[in-house]
Amino acid sequence: MSVSTHSGHRAPMSTGPARGPRRPRRLWGRPELFTDYRQDMAFLNTRPKQLGVLALVAAATLVPFMLEDDLLKLLGAGLVLAIGAIGLNLLTGYAGQVSLGHAFFVGVGAYTAAALAGDPDGRYLGFGVEFVPLWIFAAGAVAALCGVIVAPLATRLRGLYLAVVTLGLVVIGGYVFAEWRELSGGPQVGRPAPEPVVFGVELTGDGTYTEEQKLFWFFLVVLIVMAVAARNIARSKIGRAFAAIRDRDVAAGVMGVELSRYKLIAFTISSFYAGVCGSLLFVANGTFGPERFSLLLSVQFIAMVLIGGVATVSGAIMGAMLIAMLPRIAGELPHYLSFVSSSPTDHPNIFEVEVAFYGLLIIAFLLFEPRGLFGIWLRIRTYWKSFPFSY
Amino acid sequence: MTAVLEVRDVSLRFGSVTAVDSVSFDVAEHELFAVIGPNGAGKTSIFNVLSGVYRPQQGSVSLAGESVLGLRPAQIAKRGLARTFQNIELFANLTVVDNLMLGRHQHVRYGPLAAIAWLGRARAEELRHRAVVEEIIDFLGLAAWRMLPVGMLPYGVQKRVELGRALAMEPRLLLLDEPVAGMNLEETEDMARFINDIRAELKIPMIMVEHDMGLVMDLADRVMVLDFGKPITTGVPADVQRNPDVVAAYLGGAVIEEATSEEVSS
Repeated sequence: MSVSTHSGHRAPMSTGPARGPRRPRRLWGRPELFTDYRQDMAFLNTRPKQLGVLALVAAATLVPFMLEDDLLKLLGAGLVLAIGAIGLNLLTGYAGQVSLGHAFFVGVGAYTAAALAGDPDGRYLGFGVEFVPLWIFAAGAVAALCGVIVAPLATRLRGLYLAVVTLGLVVIGGYVFAEWRELSGGPQVGRPAPEPVVFGVELTGDGTYTEEQKLFWFFLVVLIVMAVAARNIARSKIGRAFAAIRDRDVAAGVMGVELSRYKLIAFTISSFYAGVCGSLLFVANGTFGPERFSLLLSVQFIAMVLIGGVATVSGAIMGAMLIAMLPRIAGELPHYLSFVSSSPTDHPNIFEVEVAFYGLLIIAFLLFEPRGLFGIWLRIRTYWKSFPFSY
Repeated sequence: MTAVLEVRDVSLRFGSVTAVDSVSFDVAEHELFAVIGPNGAGKTSIFNVLSGVYRPQQGSVSLAGESVLGLRPAQIAKRGLARTFQNIELFANLTVVDNLMLGRHQHVRYGPLAAIAWLGRARAEELRHRAVVEEIIDFLGLAAWRMLPVGMLPYGVQKRVELGRALAMEPRLLLLDEPVAGMNLEETEDMARFINDIRAELKIPMIMVEHDMGLVMDLADRVMVLDFGKPITTGVPADVQRNPDVVAAYLGGAVIEEATSEEVSS
């Protein structure tokens, strides 16, 4: 045996790459029997996964035809939040760097997009950029730049200390957003969201399809692109280095992982996701006051990651959808529980119940299923895989 | 024979405690160099100095003719130093394959953008290095556990995975910190066979810290004995066993006269 990479004299199947276009055989009923590494490393490496994801995407595409617009708006916002949650999961779940500053990066992205797309002659700062992919990308890029500036802190701090320092970001950001009225419109006022036009189709305003339907599809496409990119990062050298830093940072260094470089990459990528999320969150909500980018939003993102499943992309999406639906779930409560009021002046009211839900859900998941919604999915999958045996 | 590693006059102090006290030694190509000594003699501290985890106050360390003192652990790893740890330091949530792939981290060449695109360069590199990792898995007989998170594996297997992870780095010098600590006889003999195979087939020079004297005396080419951070003697195992200072370090000064080499090596 030789550890050189040139030893091609072993069994043909272990030579792996570049051995002709022969498509390896899949055996029916043996989904986890791989006959080459390419199959094993594939994005969706078993037939059930491929079909399942295909069905899920198809179902998501058809959802706008089946649901009311107000529910669709919530789900659309959930898709956008999922992008941000994936970003936080890359940083906190994969790389193990706890950040309470995610709302700050979301805010930077939101205002970058709003300013770029804004009316140059309007009341607020605007540059009149109409090309939607450009301002989404720019929102991500500016947020990522802020991430680059913050990252050196993470190379010196970890755990709780890093969390407290990133908390400071939210406070600084909250102040800047509130005071820079030309950019943000000022507290409690806000500025209108940019109105995206994609390939000549105005996404805002009703046409053949309603605004909510069009936005939902648009958000879905962006989410899929971002989610696939995140999965690719997670399964690559970069994702492995993140996990190494999370699990044992001393050993990671000894293995040749440059800690400061990979923490920088983690912050940059995570902030990019936050920025993209922010730019679309603005569109999804129509208008935004700067007070929205507060600690509560950061905590919501952490809740999404914890409830969905730490260090999973699909978990982050599930968590984000659940958190996005919470106001609606809380809103339905007065129908079932007579003591919960829908009026903000009575107590307990649905808004208080909603906030309590975050805490309850986080505690419940940490106690009973630390792997989150993704863990519940794993249990269901294991149950059916081993059916009818329960062990 | 040229020296892979030259350590000259290295001293490491933590406050008033001198953990390593002007230690010098060389390791030649293809050599298995063992470091022994009672608990707290500074053996692991020397490993931490060599791999860049600690910075000594004085001395010089050069790896393949290049000074590595003061470099960060990742930079030293890039220059060809790999190590295992006394108390296993694996990435517990990752599978055996991923742990070994992390060993190949510095050899896998693509950046974040290629990773996002995946198809093309990133996938080709992953496939290439995966093949190498699978060879190491074969070599160490880890095939049965390759897709399991290492945190779930038994202790002896984890030790082997850690050795595999170090081998995956294709090091110029391999540091083994108590490779058979806590292992039963069978596992110890397995590990001894792997160490012999690494010498015979991969020809990687090694430094081994170990308390199992039988293993050290059987495998090592040369042995350095440390006590309270100071080197007592360095030489071939047979000479070291008979050295009265070594016997004193292990058994205490009063029993030098009665002590025999059998007692030291048992």
